[in-house]
Amino acid sequence: MTIVTFLTEPLAFGFMQRGMLAVVMVGTLCAIIGCYVVLRSMAFLGDALAHAILPGVAVAYLLKGDLIVGALVAAVVVALGIGVFSRQGAIKEDTAIGIMFAAALSLGIALISTIKTYAVDLTHILFGNVLGVGVNDLWLTGALGLIVLATIALLYKEFLVISFDPVLAATLRLPAELLRNVMLILIALTIVVSLQTVGVGLVSAMLVTPAATAYLLTRRLPTMMALSALIGAFSGVAGLYLSFYINVASGAAVVLTATGLFMLAFLFSPRQGIVWRARREH
Amino acid sequence: MFSMGKTSMTATSRTVRCAPVDQEPARLEIENVSVAYNSQPALRDLTFHVPHGARVAVVGPNGAGKSTLFKALVGLLPLRQGRVLIHGLPLGHHLDCIAYVPQREEVDWRFPVTVEDVVMMGRYGRLGWLRRPGPGDRAVVARSLEQMSIAPLARAPIGELSGGQQQRAFLARALAQEPHILLMDEPFTGVDASTQEATLALLDQLQTQCVTVMVSTHDLNMASARFEQVLLLNRRLIAFGSPAQVFTPQNLGEAFGSHVLFMEGAIVVDECCPPDETLQVQRL
Repeated sequence: MTIVTFLTEPLAFGFMQRGMLAVVMVGTLCAIIGCYVVLRSMAFLGDALAHAILPGVAVAYLLKGDLIVGALVAAVVVALGIGVFSRQGAIKEDTAIGIMFAAALSLGIALISTIKTYAVDLTHILFGNVLGVGVNDLWLTGALGLIVLATIALLYKEFLVISFDPVLAATLRLPAELLRNVMLILIALTIVVSLQTVGVGLVSAMLVTPAATAYLLTRRLPTMMALSALIGAFSGVAGLYLSFYINVASGAAVVLTATGLFMLAFLFSPRQGIVWRARREH
Repeated sequence: MFSMGKTSMTATSRTVRCAPVDQEPARLEIENVSVAYNSQPALRDLTFHVPHGARVAVVGPNGAGKSTLFKALVGLLPLRQGRVLIHGLPLGHHLDCIAYVPQREEVDWRFPVTVEDVVMMGRYGRLGWLRRPGPGDRAVVARSLEQMSIAPLARAPIGELSGGQQQRAFLARALAQEPHILLMDEPFTGVDASTQEATLALLDQLQTQCVTVMVSTHDLNMASARFEQVLLLNRRLIAFGSPAQVFTPQNLGEAFGSHVLFMEGAIVVDECCPPDETLQVQRL
């Protein structure tokens, strides 16, 4: 088999074409918003938001409503709920996240367990079903993705300041809390969009891993975002090919590809790679 | 060592565009201000007026509330009571006109931004929402970098700079803000001598532009030699005036308590930290 047929053969299937488009969009989107998740140390929060979607999806499913809307409502409620809990100062933010995260996940499982086809549905939500992506899903992903990216572009300055130097943000009288909530909602939107591709369980990896890889390779935010997007999209495509040829779960293959790239950067990045560092020290 | 008399003479002989300190109406007015930090009262009932273009050293022992005062002035900490007026208007009306250079520990140095990016942030207040920096902003940034002699480092990641260079980058950012009032928290601590000199040169230059500057410092000699006015704090205002008026045995005793040793012809102020300035001698 030549390399060309290797690459084109899977694309003969409609579900693979749609899957490819979906992973490229989701990979790019997660990777770009993921830069803020990494830089602001919000990885745990991203994970919590992802799991918080579960009860929303379950309720929407039970009510025969739109799954995406249910997921979105749940994510926003939890995002703002974490803020309310920790703002009172009674408990620290990571504790608040831990509580909301477990509660939402349990509620989600409890609701889904009332459905007959429980096991299959739960697997799809937890680990994604990229090959089941329909044309409407693609449009929705594209539209929500554009909204997220446009917001990031418009608020670039403000997000940069609240992330790098909260003190300057305060002296400039930026509404830090509002901006933070906007960012949380963008993350929630991204997670919802990624639901079908990589699932609740793996979306946090797509938020964190490409961005962390890019962080090792560059020292400027716009470059980091571009590299991260590239890594996210590439991981998506490569993961999908892997899943096609060696017949493994596609979400897992995508995340493992991204992890492999991260390991390469961790070892060999020109500035921070441990291999070069070790060589310099000798 | 220096004599107090000489210091106050150099202060009056420095001719700048600003009206003399005693004739110009106060433009930064702090009235009955109390501030709490982590629900502990940190500053009580502060009242003082800083004239436009004045250069004030803020001194006091560790925990005297120097940083707290600055944070309250930029709105980072809420006022328990009292009010702060800038050009006659309460805090919040002058977004762009107050710049604050925080202590070095308060920034995430591993963040992926270049020196130029950091200095450009100084323009954000003037730009407002949704607008991108233009050629005018880039010119101001270039000039600020030039002024702090870090233009060659413009594209370097902020985390790769030395401590002194990082401080210069933050001073350049404060310059790019084109402030009316500049607050600097301990700019002389933990930096090399050339950065100290560059900072002092910047202060001179800002004075010719009528920028009001308040600098907190542990260095009482520096406060006395390089500043026209000194604000002595220890959770409350102990004294505010020229170095000669402020640095009296009685005031220093009130501020530093048992850390002051009165010897014949000299006062020794002993502070536990920072380590490089354990002992400071003030000759009377």
